[in-house]
Amino acid sequence: MSAAGRPLLEVKGLRMHFPITEGIVARKLVGEVKAIDGIDFAVRRGETLGLVGESGCGKTTTGRCILRLERPTAGEIYYDGVDIARMERKELRSLRRRIQVIFQDPYSSLNPRMKVGEIIAEPIKVHGIESDAAKRSTRVRELLAVCGLNPRFADRYPHEMSGGQRQRVGIARALALNPEFIVCDEAVSALDVSIQAQVVNLLEDLREQFGLTYLFIAHDLSVVRHLCQRVAVMYLGRIVELADSDELFGNPLHPYTQALLAAVPVPDPSVEAHRTFRPVQGEVPSPINPPSGCVFHPRCPMAVDNCKQGRPKLREVRPGHFVACSEVH
Amino acid sequence: MPPLLEVKDLHTEFRTGAGIVRAVDGISYTVEPGETVAIVGESGSGKSVGALSVLRLIPDPPGRITGGEIRFAGRDILQLSDAEMRAVRGGDIGMVFQEPMTSLNPVLTIGRQITETLEQHRGMNVAAARNRAIELLGLVGIADAARRLKQYPHQLSGGMRQRIMIAIALACDPKLIIADEPTTALDVTIQAQILELMKDLTRRLNVALIIITHNLGVVARYANRVNVMYAGRLVESGPAAAVYHNPRHPYTMALLRSVPRLDRPRQERLDPVEGQPPDLTRLDAGCAFRPRCRFAVEACAGTRPSLTATGDAGHLAACFQSHAIVRETGEAA
Repeated sequence: MSAAGRPLLEVKGLRMHFPITEGIVARKLVGEVKAIDGIDFAVRRGETLGLVGESGCGKTTTGRCILRLERPTAGEIYYDGVDIARMERKELRSLRRRIQVIFQDPYSSLNPRMKVGEIIAEPIKVHGIESDAAKRSTRVRELLAVCGLNPRFADRYPHEMSGGQRQRVGIARALALNPEFIVCDEAVSALDVSIQAQVVNLLEDLREQFGLTYLFIAHDLSVVRHLCQRVAVMYLGRIVELADSDELFGNPLHPYTQALLAAVPVPDPSVEAHRTFRPVQGEVPSPINPPSGCVFHPRCPMAVDNCKQGRPKLREVRPGHFVACSEVH
Repeated sequence: MPPLLEVKDLHTEFRTGAGIVRAVDGISYTVEPGETVAIVGESGSGKSVGALSVLRLIPDPPGRITGGEIRFAGRDILQLSDAEMRAVRGGDIGMVFQEPMTSLNPVLTIGRQITETLEQHRGMNVAAARNRAIELLGLVGIADAARRLKQYPHQLSGGMRQRIMIAIALACDPKLIIADEPTTALDVTIQAQILELMKDLTRRLNVALIIITHNLGVVARYANRVNVMYAGRLVESGPAAAVYHNPRHPYTMALLRSVPRLDRPRQERLDPVEGQPPDLTRLDAGCAFRPRCRFAVEACAGTRPSLTATGDAGHLAACFQSHAIVRETGEAA
């Protein structure tokens, strides 16, 4: 396939199992947390793929594997055609210039002892892109302006700024190396409602201006629908549904996706007054000992005997709409 | 009949290195028996401090309730002795906090934490308290109660822990429960379970509920009335439907417009509230929302507008420009 038609990122059979050990001297392996248990997806150049699910579903770990902050247990991660899943430290350096990350918490992801200017200049310095301090400082001011901040903020410390402003600093830092791909891990979740929309708009503007591709990891479904072209829903380490955003939100097929969407209250009392739903029962089981067959079957209103055996494959039930459920036809 | 809770011109301050922070700067509202009132606002708006003041749980120093009156079931909370106050907390007023892991005691069993409340407030003996604890766990939808009573908080999931918190809050048949961001730390499917449970129980047992949240969807689904806070003051107050459909304060209107909605077609672009939240140590005499407000006029810089009736029953707003907003929302509708 030509480079143009090839997805920018392709994940195949990705697994990330964390060992659980017992004993202090002789460490004995007693189990595994199956944080990601075999997932496949691709991200096309210039698109935003949403990765949604509840805590413990493996969405953050997936992001960390792509950033190679974790070394996956199995599977391949092709970035621009090259498998990065097994790359060593040295090779990863050049990759890090192309893939960046925006974290959730603008309080803990910025070093409180560094000035904003130093925080944003650090990646430029570390990667040896600009050795001239004056030019670096010009670049920092440029980046601040691009992210909607006054260039004078370069001389401030993070604690002098509000949460929304800090998150803009985190975004400026991610942009410092001119990356192609940014993993946004709950990038707007910690922000106040009134600030969230500002940052969402900024992320959209930057995507357009710099031709960025995003993996947008989040649990807020209404923000995901707004920002993403396609969405993958994860549950207990697996992808249960993947489709175009409009299709997924307009016509969710997997019972888990349906439950997830029904659980979100709409900010309109008249709509809510007439909306009845039964919250999905039970809680997410442990990824140490996931249920047999379909991992959602113990909570699923549609489950039949068959669901306890055999793990349902992610099938394309309509063009571009993939579902892992044997009861969806 | 007088309201169950009446808060009048409440002021709570914190003395900090940067100056005095008027976290709650003169708020007044009421809660009727059995109704659910939401207090909405963003971080730093004073919504939690306002509710904690009702329970007199403000750490002093640095905090202090400096003025106002809080009447609960006919008594002035601010005049009660510490011992009387202890009887109110967990007795007539139950509490549910955001983080169930930090609000439960990690070294006591679930059973002990429920029965302690019953022994303290209702003078029950061990056996009676245990029976009531089992009954309460059933009420909040926890199966296998006898086994759960012997467990410790760390052995339970977040949703389960929040159910325990609700059981403790309900233990002494309170008239009012104050829930401070009760589901913020929980996943959306668990949030739905917990909120439906709280709605069902407060209706069945006729308990009034103050729910503090930043989630506009949660308010829409569960609250009868809404109080919107900004920079330590109430900027709008009224029946949920009125506030959502005809907001009379520019902040409420902007907030409602800024959230993407799953039930509406996807917008091209979100409509954010511009600007930054206010710095509470640097407020001037004018309206605190003024720097972010597109309706602001000269008068807004002079004094902070007080909460006044808008014409709709029970719907109040603190804005000199309410009429301009009416015109705009009227046109949009």
